[in-house]
Amino acid sequence: MTVETKLSFNQEYIQAFSKERNEPGWMATLRSKALEMADSLEMPKPDKTKISNWNFTDFQHSYKEAAKIASLDELPEELKEYFDEDASMENLYIQRNQTAAYNSLAQKLQDKGVIFTDIFTAVREHSELVEKYYMNDAVAVDQNRLTALHAALMNGGVFVYVPKNVQVEEPLQAIFWQEDNSSALLNHVLVVAEEGSSLTYVENYISHNDTEENVANLVTEVFAHDNAQVAYGAVDNFAAGTTTYVNRRGVAKRDARIDWALGQMNDGNTVSENITYLMEDNSASEAKAVSVGRGKQTQNFTSSIRQFGKETDAYILQRGVMKGSASTIFNAIGKIEHGGTKSNSEQESRVLMLSEKSRGDANPILLIDEDDVTAGHAASVGRVDPLQMYYLMSRGLEREEAERLVIHGFLAPVVAQIPIESVRKQLTQVIERKVY
Amino acid sequence: MSGSVLEVKNLHVSIEDKEILKGVDLTIKGGEFHAVMGPNGTGKSTLASAIMGHPKYEITEGSITLDGEDVLEMEVDERARAGLFLAMQYPSEISGVTTSDFLRSAINAKREEGDEIPLMKFIKKLDKDLDYLDIDQNMATRYLNEGFSGGEKKRNEILQLMQLEPNIAILDEIDSGLDIDALKVVSKGINQMRSDNFGCLIITHYQRLLNYITPDFVHVMMQGRVVKSGGPELAKRLEAEGYEWIKEELGIEDEETAEQNA
Ligand SMILES: Nc1ncnc2c1ncn2[C@@H]1O[C@H](COP(=O)(O)OP(=O)(O)OP(=O)(O)O)[C@@H](O)[C@H]1O
Ligand SMILES: [Mg+2]
Repeated sequence: MTVETKLSFNQEYIQAFSKERNEPGWMATLRSKALEMADSLEMPKPDKTKISNWNFTDFQHSYKEAAKIASLDELPEELKEYFDEDASMENLYIQRNQTAAYNSLAQKLQDKGVIFTDIFTAVREHSELVEKYYMNDAVAVDQNRLTALHAALMNGGVFVYVPKNVQVEEPLQAIFWQEDNSSALLNHVLVVAEEGSSLTYVENYISHNDTEENVANLVTEVFAHDNAQVAYGAVDNFAAGTTTYVNRRGVAKRDARIDWALGQMNDGNTVSENITYLMEDNSASEAKAVSVGRGKQTQNFTSSIRQFGKETDAYILQRGVMKGSASTIFNAIGKIEHGGTKSNSEQESRVLMLSEKSRGDANPILLIDEDDVTAGHAASVGRVDPLQMYYLMSRGLEREEAERLVIHGFLAPVVAQIPIESVRKQLTQVIERKVY
Repeated sequence: MSGSVLEVKNLHVSIEDKEILKGVDLTIKGGEFHAVMGPNGTGKSTLASAIMGHPKYEITEGSITLDGEDVLEMEVDERARAGLFLAMQYPSEISGVTTSDFLRSAINAKREEGDEIPLMKFIKKLDKDLDYLDIDQNMATRYLNEGFSGGEKKRNEILQLMQLEPNIAILDEIDSGLDIDALKVVSKGINQMRSDNFGCLIITHYQRLLNYITPDFVHVMMQGRVVKSGGPELAKRLEAEGYEWIKEELGIEDEETAEQNA
């Protein structure tokens, strides 16, 4: 299959799109410049995965607004699995296709100045704030053709803002529900935690296009200012028809911390980059990710933490389970820049192979431009330990059940980090579905 | 129902084409405690592993039956559900799976679907057994055997024994690595299992375990065979005199010497 690389969107289309949404001038300009750049920029080059045959650029962008969700009761059962039934979901955003269909935020958080709203509303109502962060210091418009395309055609997403010294105790949850299989999702999540603030954010991506082809081009930008703490959880669950590019970046300032727990459960081809910049002293990040590859899908995951500040602390943990003839590359890149003295960079990548035909690679990379640092890495690719199976089966567990326990145990260090219990459960179910 | 019968007949077992067991005969009935002793490397763990179905061991001759059923035809899990249990010399560590989750799965594996053990009942029994074995409650929430000390692993094996209530149990060096108090506790656990419905094969090097658990029969294994059987007094004599006298009595040569002579 050859893919038409000429883009099928023009300036008129984009300007009309922007205008329809009453976007401020800066956004219209950014879109327009981005489209100009997109043509000449290179595609991303994920290490060891060839994506030249993947279709990231030919898709339908126009869409009809979806119906709003008046009450959570009207959601399909399958979607209700995603939130805690008992907990009153006070801080919830549901995006139905590209439409902000449901949005709530606890009054007390609103009173404190917390913002949790869809990206279009944010661009209009908090224009200056969004402009300051949007595709500047975390993900650059011109990073590659896909980031430029994203900037030009962004059509959904959410904005989270927590003012100085405000602690958001309850998680904020976003559900990006692709009910419609025909139009692409270019979703943008922007999280800003001001000085001394803290928050937990969890998102789910869901689609059902097992056969219909579609594209997801997702960008997340997280900013943790001095002494702020952000815990970011995600479960990506696009169906086999979606080709996904997801670029999640974080920028941490002095004494700040950004922790990621990513459940990368797409069934289609996926390129995922998760990069955190520890810009200032004593900042820290844990980047944890799990994935299950099945069928014929090919995936490439990069987790990287770049350490500029002194005494920064980075930990990357990747766990993958491969079956069928799936092929997955895990790149873990720890980089301590010159000047990042007394910093620590640790990483661990482990892949469990369940079938002969699947392929899994774990590439641990440490790049260190400073002497006075500590670093360590571990990587392994292996099969389920027959002695573990023997031990479990000797207690009466059937082979399948024993294997199930071993696999859940293997993924547990990441799954346990997913902040909302219902999302954790739901991730466990997805893992179950994917493995069996 | 009265106890099960495990019968091992003329068992030959090889590992990586090397014959380790060279014709073992042994019968264990419900209500009986057997001890198996013998020098290092004579095939005691091999016997235990072959009975349980360890994937590395190949049975080349002989039979194992449980109540007349062919054990060798069964998968490892089927053997367990048929009533066999092996407390392993070196239990595996299962990261990410808590001891209590594992135990509940194992208990339910023996029960019919729809007849799973009620959670409260499970917790009550678990608490009771933990208490009985003097095991810290937090072990139930720790990952199975991960980072456990040698003694903790052994206690955990006995905890599993008490929870799963098999008909026939094989305990492979359950006493190794135990301090004196732990030895007493573990013995207490094993003794508590004693009933007409429970038969046990205890592999050990030391009389001290048998001071707490009196065996009905003692067997000596050498060079892949049971070479001598007797009552509890046999173990005492081994403790006092070692194995040399048996070799002399039976005319057993050391294997290297035998090979040189051949
Ligand atoms: N995986 C293996 N590969 C090769 N040889 C093996 C393997 N496992 C066991 N053996 C050999 O089989 C023989 C019997 O071992 P086994 O573990 O049954 O002895 P044992 O009587 O239990 O000894 P110990 O008292 O030391 O526990 C030994 O010579 C041992 O080296
Ligand atoms: Mg042994």
